[in-house]
Amino acid sequence: MGRTAGMFEPLKGGGAAIALDEIEVSILRSLAVQLLELIGPGAPEPAADADPLAVLFAEAGQGPTERPADPALARLFPDAYGGPGTPEGADRARLDDWSAEFRRYTENDLRSRKREDALAVVRSLDGLTADGGGEASRLELTGELPLRWLGALNDLRLTIAARLEITEDDEGAALFRLPDDDPRKPMVMAYLWLGGLQETLVETL
Amino acid sequence: MGRVSVAPIEIERTESAEEASAVPEPDVPWVTLVHNDPVNLMSYVTYVFQAYFGYSKDKAHKLMLDVHHKGRAVVSSGTREEMERDVQAMHGYGLWATLSQDRI
Repeated sequence: MGRTAGMFEPLKGGGAAIALDEIEVSILRSLAVQLLELIGPGAPEPAADADPLAVLFAEAGQGPTERPADPALARLFPDAYGGPGTPEGADRARLDDWSAEFRRYTENDLRSRKREDALAVVRSLDGLTADGGGEASRLELTGELPLRWLGALNDLRLTIAARLEITEDDEGAALFRLPDDDPRKPMVMAYLWLGGLQETLVETL
Repeated sequence: MGRVSVAPIEIERTESAEEASAVPEPDVPWVTLVHNDPVNLMSYVTYVFQAYFGYSKDKAHKLMLDVHHKGRAVVSSGTREEMERDVQAMHGYGLWATLSQDRI
């Protein structure tokens, strides 16, 4: 193909560039849109004439307190207290209360950030001009875009890993040897491809 | 993608709480722990420790290896409020982090 498939390369003067063909653009865009749907819409915009300070106070501490039931969301927004290694005699109820309180003040901000990252991916892909010849388009990421992409690629991999139930390293290894007719195969291929994109993007920073 | 190493950080459960935890200063008893997971790339985790905490590449790499081999590592210590900020930042990067105190 005369190019390095699925690899980011550093741009002179900062940033990263990658050649993506139409199918790759379409897969990436579709995954990013699914991530946006998973994260969900942000809080509704306040009325134009609302007092900004009052809005700020009204929104603070109004986030969810429950751990998300969806395993992918639970991984994107984990509990802040009581992780592995917590002593057996620990007061679990108190740790859960603290996690709920932390979530109430932080989860909406985290969701906003992850939504912005995924949106940045969609917008950069939509900015590519299709040349119609099936040739690869060259995408250049500068400014804040490489970091937004890095975050979104990581969130996508965490989400797909949750869907594939990759919780231990050896489970992952078994998944990567799936026969071609396994229904999980396309998602595993996407997961590996995104890993390559993320790895090469990190290297450009 | 042949030359790309997608080396995952696998879960390696260690049951001892003390093993992976450094001893914090007596007056700053809270720590931020980053836990191992099978998804985050070793290069990405190292990058996050450098970018967010401002750690040297060597220190960031060593902390990443601690997470990888011991199941978790203490990446910062300070007041509870400071550690909540660090944990929120780690969650923003997609790392699995919690905060804890020496005695809970």
